Amino acid sequence: MSSPTLLTMFRCVLRRDLVLALRRRSDVLSTLFFFIIVISLFPLGVGPEMSLLRAMGPGVVWVAALLASMLSLGRLFSNDYRDGTLEQMLLTPQPLPLLVFGKVIAHWLVSGVPLVLIAPLLGMQFGLPADALLVLVGSLLLGTPVLSMIGAVGAALTLGLRGGGVLVSLLVLPLYIPVLIFGAGAVEAHISGLGAQAHLSLLGAFLVLSLLFAPWATAAALRISME
Amino acid sequence: MAINWFKYASPVTFYELAGKMIPWFAGLAVVLGVAGLYIGFFVAPTDFQQGEAYRIIFIHVPASWMSMFVYVVMAVWAGFGLVLNTRLSSMMASALAPTGAMFAVIALWTGSLWGKPMWGAWWVWDARLTSELILLFLYIGFMALQASIDDSRRADRAGAVLALVGVVNVPIIYFSVKWWNTLHQGSSISLTKAPAMAQIMLTGMLVMALAAWMYTIAVVLARVRSIILERERHSAWVADVVRSEAP
Repeated sequence: MSSPTLLTMFRCVLRRDLVLALRRRSDVLSTLFFFIIVISLFPLGVGPEMSLLRAMGPGVVWVAALLASMLSLGRLFSNDYRDGTLEQMLLTPQPLPLLVFGKVIAHWLVSGVPLVLIAPLLGMQFGLPADALLVLVGSLLLGTPVLSMIGAVGAALTLGLRGGGVLVSLLVLPLYIPVLIFGAGAVEAHISGLGAQAHLSLLGAFLVLSLLFAPWATAAALRISME
Repeated sequence: MAINWFKYASPVTFYELAGKMIPWFAGLAVVLGVAGLYIGFFVAPTDFQQGEAYRIIFIHVPASWMSMFVYVVMAVWAGFGLVLNTRLSSMMASALAPTGAMFAVIALWTGSLWGKPMWGAWWVWDARLTSELILLFLYIGFMALQASIDDSRRADRAGAVLALVGVVNVPIIYFSVKWWNTLHQGSSISLTKAPAMAQIMLTGMLVMALAAWMYTIAVVLARVRSIILERERHSAWVADVVRSEAP
């Protein structure tokens, strides 16, 4: 297979998914607003004491990112599944993992990147200093693609099942936990002076591994679900 | 005389074989369990640092070992079912999950009971405890996924993908005490060095681990027999079995 064909296919899938997502902007924006609202709930719940909020901040932002990412997973395959496009995608001669990769990248660009961009603003609500906010953005930038990649496996496994959203959460959250631990841990390590390098390196490792293996697992799961 | 082992890959023949194997493994489990508990609670001496409370190790450690081991075995069987397309392999994987989950719960619970007197806390978020908790969630996710898919073949394959994706967690649990500075005790037993614990305590732990293993085999074989009957209920041989075993 010549490279231009594969790259063309990737660009085609990416463009299609981006156009479709931007046509239904409400889906995308509601994920973003969920993220904002959940993060804003925590200061309301635990009280305005700044030292407590500063300690909680990175963790809260990261948990909200996890939840928002999970909620947006339903959008990944279900629309194509419902109108039959997914079946056609499974029949293409091009490799399915590549197609899945394109869809997940499009999903991340639309659901993950807005979270990364608005995180500094929300981190300020928790009294985090500017350098900690930078580390937070970095950890989210490395971590949200991993969340999309791993989430895609869960979304593919539960395609068309009843109990949908809750079941995906049950499957995907245990796999998200290491990302959460290192993501929030990066910011906390930076604040405490230890340096976030180790945590960010591990997040980078997760990113590389998930970019490599998750599309393949998702493709296998799609073929299983589409029988 | 060469035995064609592959004939036991058929649910019909395996059902019979499993039925014959269960009493032996159950018996071994009882004998080893009684022996292990006797060693653990009566023969092993009082620990100089921890007193009598350390004796929970004879339940906690075998349960933890089994929870990790059963997950790997489950992933292997699920993998066979996915790759070789054999029904019975996937049925074994489904049968192993509840027992593995039970051992994970026992490990977490006994660990918690031990942690309170030793560390002063019912729970700490250190690497080993957290990854064992993740293991429990993975078991529950596997069972939930299989329960929510009506078509049994799709359930088998989907569960297999999930189990294989989750198997990466088991080495993390195992090596967590080496990679991180954790509160949980490091490994006292290794294949290459002398054990860092008294011989009699090690013996008790190994006997209990064997007992747990025999128990697992007996229970899983019984469970897989039920799964076979359920899944093959439309076949004539199951109708015969039900008729012959009906009161």
